[in-house]
Amino acid sequence: MDKRLDRILPGVQKPARYVGGEYNAVMKDKREVDLRFAFCFPDTYEIGMSNLGYRILYGVLNEMPGVWCERVFTPWTDMEEALRASGIPLYALESGDPVNEFDIIGFSIGYEMAYTAMLNMLDLSGLPLRAQDRAALAPLVIAGGTAMYNAEPVADFIDMALIGEGEELLPEVAELFRRAKREGWDKPRFLRAAAQIQGVYVPSLYDVSYKEDGAVAAITPLDGAPEKVVKRVVHDMNQSYYPVKTIVPSTEIVHDRVTLEVFRGCIRGCRFCQAGYVYRPVRCRGRDQLVEYGKAAIQDSGYQEMTLSSLSTSDYPQLVGLCDGLESFCGENHVNLSLPSLRADNFSMELMQRLQKGRKAGLTFAPEAGTQRLRDAINKNVTEEDLTRSLETAFSGGWNAVKLYFMLGLPTETDEDVLGIAEMANHAVHTWRETASSKNRGVRITVSTSWFVPKPFTAFQWEPQISREEYERRVKLLRNAITAKAVTYNWHDGDTSFLEAVLARGDRRLGRVLELAFRKGARLDAWSDCFDLNRWLEAFRECGLDPAFYANRERGRDEILPWSMISCHVSDAYLWHQRELAYQSVTTPDCRTQCSGCGANAVEGGECYRG
Amino acid sequence: MGKLRLSFTKEGRAVYISHLDLLRTFQRVFLRQGLVLRHSQGFHPHPIISFALPLPVGQSSVCEVLDFEVNGDMDGAGLPDALNRFMPEGIRALDCHVPVRPVRELAKLHCKVEFLYDGGVPADGAESIRRLLAGESVVIQKRTKRKAMADVDIRPLLHRLEIGETPGLLTLDAVVSAQNPGLNPALLGTAVEVHLPQYAPDFLRVRRLELLTENGELFR
Repeated sequence: MDKRLDRILPGVQKPARYVGGEYNAVMKDKREVDLRFAFCFPDTYEIGMSNLGYRILYGVLNEMPGVWCERVFTPWTDMEEALRASGIPLYALESGDPVNEFDIIGFSIGYEMAYTAMLNMLDLSGLPLRAQDRAALAPLVIAGGTAMYNAEPVADFIDMALIGEGEELLPEVAELFRRAKREGWDKPRFLRAAAQIQGVYVPSLYDVSYKEDGAVAAITPLDGAPEKVVKRVVHDMNQSYYPVKTIVPSTEIVHDRVTLEVFRGCIRGCRFCQAGYVYRPVRCRGRDQLVEYGKAAIQDSGYQEMTLSSLSTSDYPQLVGLCDGLESFCGENHVNLSLPSLRADNFSMELMQRLQKGRKAGLTFAPEAGTQRLRDAINKNVTEEDLTRSLETAFSGGWNAVKLYFMLGLPTETDEDVLGIAEMANHAVHTWRETASSKNRGVRITVSTSWFVPKPFTAFQWEPQISREEYERRVKLLRNAITAKAVTYNWHDGDTSFLEAVLARGDRRLGRVLELAFRKGARLDAWSDCFDLNRWLEAFRECGLDPAFYANRERGRDEILPWSMISCHVSDAYLWHQRELAYQSVTTPDCRTQCSGCGANAVEGGECYRG
Repeated sequence: MGKLRLSFTKEGRAVYISHLDLLRTFQRVFLRQGLVLRHSQGFHPHPIISFALPLPVGQSSVCEVLDFEVNGDMDGAGLPDALNRFMPEGIRALDCHVPVRPVRELAKLHCKVEFLYDGGVPADGAESIRRLLAGESVVIQKRTKRKAMADVDIRPLLHRLEIGETPGLLTLDAVVSAQNPGLNPALLGTAVEVHLPQYAPDFLRVRRLELLTENGELFR
């Protein structure tokens, strides 16, 4: 580690996040490896170390002999200033070596607001931001994660994006890189070869032209790159790597516990949900294996908290059996087992009650919309009766704090739908009065609304985001309609959601805007205390681009969307059909009830849902 | 039930682990090893575990002491090696034994304070600092628990001091009061900044060497 850090670390907040050395951090002898991978997470240590995908890929890469994967996170502003002032380049936590000395720099990007943090990390490493200015094969800059389903806004900066799940794809790319290094390939040759691996998207091998109105005119693959880059998925979860032995941070992180991923994908098909479409098909890990991994991970880590994770955990077919298998072990070892992302149905509540021992913390439900009509339109198949019954169970079981999450600005939303949110909240208070086992401590209903952001690869990818003024009008409408004293209303700051809407469906021309916004000071945009929309608006003006073109414009069915060279298997025709059903408020059954032919079964050779 | 005392080092990367985080880290290390600690009997039981003298973040130590209780009789033999398989880098258990003295008899701290001078140690630096710290009183300002600033004379809390000089470095070998009240050895640097600003070091490093009783025996 750089000796100069000794002088800096005592003066920054939470220095433990900048030194590594945690239990289970992987140390290798750098003279004995031929591929060094700097795994960058464009957010703080506390966020990055809480990400299960990041931990999985760290483990997968380090299991490869001759490969050493190390961690790099975004420094907080005080640390960034100190590093820049001392001229210390960004370094990896395990070896302390500068990131610019690594062979591959890989970014895990789950969220558009992390783009400027990625640029900042490249800049702090002393590397040119633009891929074309990095002529050598190493360091190669690659990126994966959910946000990379539309990599266009960062296309100028990365050498390649990895589409889909990285468990198999990342090792394949690493092996090809080793060969390229051994045989002395130049970067263009390597990129051309890599583009032949399924799931690899090399932006420089696609020429994008634009129409006069700003829409994409054509996307032309070059040098034999595939017309469609098809995502990669893990086929059998039971054969896939799970980080039983994983790093236990020496300082507190956001999700400081063992996380058991019970399945990937989601059977529900909520029409606004990008994860619900791009992670198809549903693939479960077997109950017995989960029980075994859960116990082993608790024993190895010394954690006393375990959580079951997935997009919708109550849809895990063997959930009761899994909880049976873990309950006594957790009880004997004082391990608290929690189940987040549950649906508001009776079954989940019973399970919740069984597992929740001692203190009853708040419960969270996400009805997403205020009326049945709109919930049907977005295919969120939760009924008012489901919610009421769940609340009855909760209140009679001793809970007295409930959070309800909604979105404002969903397609087809009317004022009636907005006011329906207030009615649901009032109804929740009423339910509490009727059913609470103890009324001494009162009840707290928290209603939170966010501003809907249309995302690529959803039924709403063609939709405009409602205007700023309209969003604020709806917030006000709802605020005035919420009268009960027991109800608190929180709404999302509009600035972040607006920019997210711009970047989510952006094209390559946004690269200039990103770079300019970064030069103006944008980094850590996911943190409201660091985010300033004005920097971005200035950058858009200076680049002669209109953010509303990206956020607030309705796209036509025949428009070439900027991410059209990517395929998540779910067809555009299917998504468009789902959009039409939304306008008719017609629901689509979940994948377990009936296959709706989205196209994801191509992954599994025709038969998609199992177990 | 058995009370046990573990001595351990905290060095290198581990010096940045805060007090609260260290507590959590040890709870997990014990669980990894399979040792069940005795828990408090309250509504939210927590393991009975405490550090004799919390170490400020950034300072290193080869003499940290952790007291804990286990169910059943146990003398702690073999425990350090067993625990060391599960430690983060920089923390190493040295010894485990049944406590000889209560924590209140921990009176003094033997430590090394390094003053680093990037441009070389100023001439007369060592001598001037020695004279300052050997004086009748050395008053500095310290933030009280109520966040106000108060004058404190640290001289009575400094029991022994030797200063060695090597290029760019003054090494203060000191014995200071450990508690009630104790002296954070880093304040020796503050004293120099206040009274001899021309000899203020560019950087200061503290390392704890030994915990002592009032009459200078090793605290065990």
